[in-house]
Amino acid sequence: MSKKLLSGPYLIWMVGFTVIPLILIVYYGLTDRTGAFTLANVVSIATAEHAKALWLSLGLSFISTLVCLLLAYPLAMVLRKRGIGKGSFVVFIFILPMWMNFLLRTLAWQTLLERNGVINGILSALHLPTQSLINTPGAIVLGMVYNFLPFMVLPIYNVLCKIDDNTINAAHDLGANFWQTLLLIWFPLSVPGIISGITMVFVPALTTFVISNLLGGSKILLIGNVIEQEFTKGSNWHLGSGLSLVLMVFILASMALIAKYDKNGEGSSF
Amino acid sequence: MSSLIDLINVSKSFDGTLVLDDLNLSVKENTFVTLLGPSGCGKTTTLRIIGGFERADAGKVIFDGQDISNLPPNKRQLNTVFQKYALFTHMNIAENIAFGLKIKNKPKSYIQDKIKYALKLVNLDGYENRSVDSLSGGQQQRIAIARAIVNEPRVLLLDEPLGALDLKLRQDMQYELIRLKNELGITFIYVTHDQEEALTMSDTIVVMNQGYIQQTGTPEQIYNEPENAFVADFIGESNILHGTMLRDELVEIFGAKFPCVDKGFGTNSPVDVVIRPEDIDLVSPEEGSLTGVCTHLIFKGVHYEMEVTTPDGFEWLVHSTDMCPVGRKVGIHVDPFDIQIMNKPASEDEEAVGVNE
Repeated sequence: MSKKLLSGPYLIWMVGFTVIPLILIVYYGLTDRTGAFTLANVVSIATAEHAKALWLSLGLSFISTLVCLLLAYPLAMVLRKRGIGKGSFVVFIFILPMWMNFLLRTLAWQTLLERNGVINGILSALHLPTQSLINTPGAIVLGMVYNFLPFMVLPIYNVLCKIDDNTINAAHDLGANFWQTLLLIWFPLSVPGIISGITMVFVPALTTFVISNLLGGSKILLIGNVIEQEFTKGSNWHLGSGLSLVLMVFILASMALIAKYDKNGEGSSF
Repeated sequence: MSSLIDLINVSKSFDGTLVLDDLNLSVKENTFVTLLGPSGCGKTTTLRIIGGFERADAGKVIFDGQDISNLPPNKRQLNTVFQKYALFTHMNIAENIAFGLKIKNKPKSYIQDKIKYALKLVNLDGYENRSVDSLSGGQQQRIAIARAIVNEPRVLLLDEPLGALDLKLRQDMQYELIRLKNELGITFIYVTHDQEEALTMSDTIVVMNQGYIQQTGTPEQIYNEPENAFVADFIGESNILHGTMLRDELVEIFGAKFPCVDKGFGTNSPVDVVIRPEDIDLVSPEEGSLTGVCTHLIFKGVHYEMEVTTPDGFEWLVHSTDMCPVGRKVGIHVDPFDIQIMNKPASEDEEAVGVNE
């Protein structure tokens, strides 16, 4: 009984800041301004503007997740080999940006990518044509990858560390070369970490509006921006909540995917 | 019979610590060779150099006349059984065994036959579809052996494969390994720190310490004729005493003269004398070459373990089925052929190298 009491403050916190807001979102999402039940808010995802934003979000999140995976896997293998605790330079370089504020880092990219920013400054100093870098889908992908990469690396690193050196040696011993070992041993044994990593990157990338605001300008609208605008500029909480519910379905689907593959709870500690 | 594997002047160090120093080892085809020594003696490193998991800093590895020093493990005609089995947990038993054959693109029917054959060989018929986790340690180890031998290696490397098993299982597996070696007719190179394992299974034992080979020989040679104090001390229990070789076939220990069978150590030269505890006969004081008092007595099952302290303070370890109660005065008698004489190492360095050969 006393142990249950200890969880009291947390329960109050959860009810106050998770359960009640969630109920409110469901309520707002399924009603109109008069309070009558309607599916219009949810169905409005099908309108051209909203659907486009959703598809763009899904597409950019997918690309970002893929890029993160391609960058993270080799990095995780290097980190495993060197040992993350050994204070190697690679690890330090990798950890360093994580100590800085998320917004600050994204703003830094804005400064770098701007029309008259650092990169274009260097290009023009070299008498090369300047590029329009900011306010492009590429800039948003860059921002997502930069911010979310650690969330891909850590679960994969975690699961790679549990693979015994001799398991890898055994594969080589039985005749497998590096690529065969990667395909037949490393990958299958690290699936739980990969799934965790994908979810940890894909979900925040799908819902972000800060990165697209700062690096996409007003030109590129992601579903996160649409929802944000409905809550702020549009003051239409009902539509915003309705779209949030749709987004939640996508998130729940990916959570279901983790539950299916991540039976051992690998990487979920992050 | 020429040798199948030759290590020539192999040296290896980790972080500046020398693990193997100018090691030479020759392994003949179709023998059971055991590398035996305490932890840190370099035996596992030697095995890993043969397997290709470590590269020697200097020296060559010759396999069947060819230099394979720089060949990666997947290109070598040998397979390894690892200490903790190292099975692939995401595959079932059949897939584990088939791994090496699939890599080599063998036909399906051939692989199926091989799996059946290998499981039969290790007495685990019908285990094809079991998961790795559902097997006990001994069964996993047998699967690891099956996974290695289906590739028909000419040499099987075994890195303390029985270390994680309990005593009874370990003994069963020892006989199993001897049977396997005889049925397969291939070379086994076995690494262990367990002297009993080494004596039971090996054709040849290589005793190692501090990166040097101390002695190479048959189990009988290693046990009965240790070449230096380290080997004598490491293999079985022994009394190692300071003696003086008075002349051929006569050694003086603590002022008493013992006839022995060794020759060629010169006259009045200091030597190390090894006497196994089971070779000491406790007799009545007037019949013994030396007299002492029994100071310890422990019942060990097969025999009694006793300590007899002689007036000079040395405690002789004696194994006998006859009990001698504590406090009794006894004589010590040793038959001449049970006394093993060794040169004293001139320095500590030589002690490690084993110059007595």
